[in-house]
Amino acid sequence: MRLDLLAALNEERARRRAAIVVTEIEGGRQRLVREAEIGKDPLGAVLASQLRAGKSGLVEAKGARCFLELHMPPPRLVITGAVHVSQALAPMAKLLGYDVTIVDPRTAFATPERFPDVPLLAEWPDTALPKLALDHWTAFVALTHDPKIDEPALAMALTSRCFYVGALGSKKTHARRVESLKKRGIAEEAIARIHAPIGLAIGAQSPPEIALAILAEITLRLRRGPEARL
Amino acid sequence: MNVGEDDVLAAAESWRREGRGVALATVVETWGSAPRPVGSHLVIDDRENFLGSVSGGCVEGEVIAAAGEVIDSGVPKLMEFGVADETAWKAGLSCGGMIRVYVEKVE
Repeated sequence: MRLDLLAALNEERARRRAAIVVTEIEGGRQRLVREAEIGKDPLGAVLASQLRAGKSGLVEAKGARCFLELHMPPPRLVITGAVHVSQALAPMAKLLGYDVTIVDPRTAFATPERFPDVPLLAEWPDTALPKLALDHWTAFVALTHDPKIDEPALAMALTSRCFYVGALGSKKTHARRVESLKKRGIAEEAIARIHAPIGLAIGAQSPPEIALAILAEITLRLRRGPEARL
Repeated sequence: MNVGEDDVLAAAESWRREGRGVALATVVETWGSAPRPVGSHLVIDDRENFLGSVSGGCVEGEVIAAAGEVIDSGVPKLMEFGVADETAWKAGLSCGGMIRVYVEKVE
């Protein structure tokens, strides 16, 4: 691999953008195809389907055997609420490979003592979330129980490409939240994307169990898509 | 990228920039139960320092030896390992799977 190609690949990875390295096994010719350039590539259709499948692999294309090496950004979890459940959720999500960020403007909650080794933004969602650029590989969960914090954050997550949006709260709380989001001008089909009550129904009680239920649901959406049923 | 791993590609870039001879090994194909998925990397330098994994340890020794040749010659190499293969006696996969590993120079 040429060093300039490797450097360009590492740059795409650092910027959380998907890219594919195409290597011709015989002869060793190689190129980097950024996600935005797939349409222009001679193997565009093959690359697009490989990206949808999310798997690296060998293909026979245009008389050559090529290895397609996919690089997808690592999944990310953005949480509003430096709360009790988050204290279990953040380390568990890190164990599963997520980049975790917690947003909570209440400085009494968002302390490094309560959340060692987790990036904390003690800011309102309106300030924090645009900086995080919620993308297709991001899961968002609203856990504060405080509509002043959760609702603007949810409104932003629902208009982003997040693969998962979840919100803590009972069915009654959620019904109030739905009305409020409608008043903010969020479309009903977008609001229907919210997983609420949050997490798979496994009878979770303690904060770590609730975190487990949430992460199981996020894993289901990450691995099997928005429509999959258990 | 497989989660929770060392950043092998970042290491490959920085090792090369330090002036080391560097080879990159990539799992390009697997059959049966293979220990590491397609796309897994092992980076090796000219002093046999390495980072990452292509097989969870079973065939790394063979790949590291081949990497030295690839760094010298600049010619990429496709290697195959598995129980049905004669090389299995030297470097076999305990899990019974087979893998193909592409080894190339970073230049």
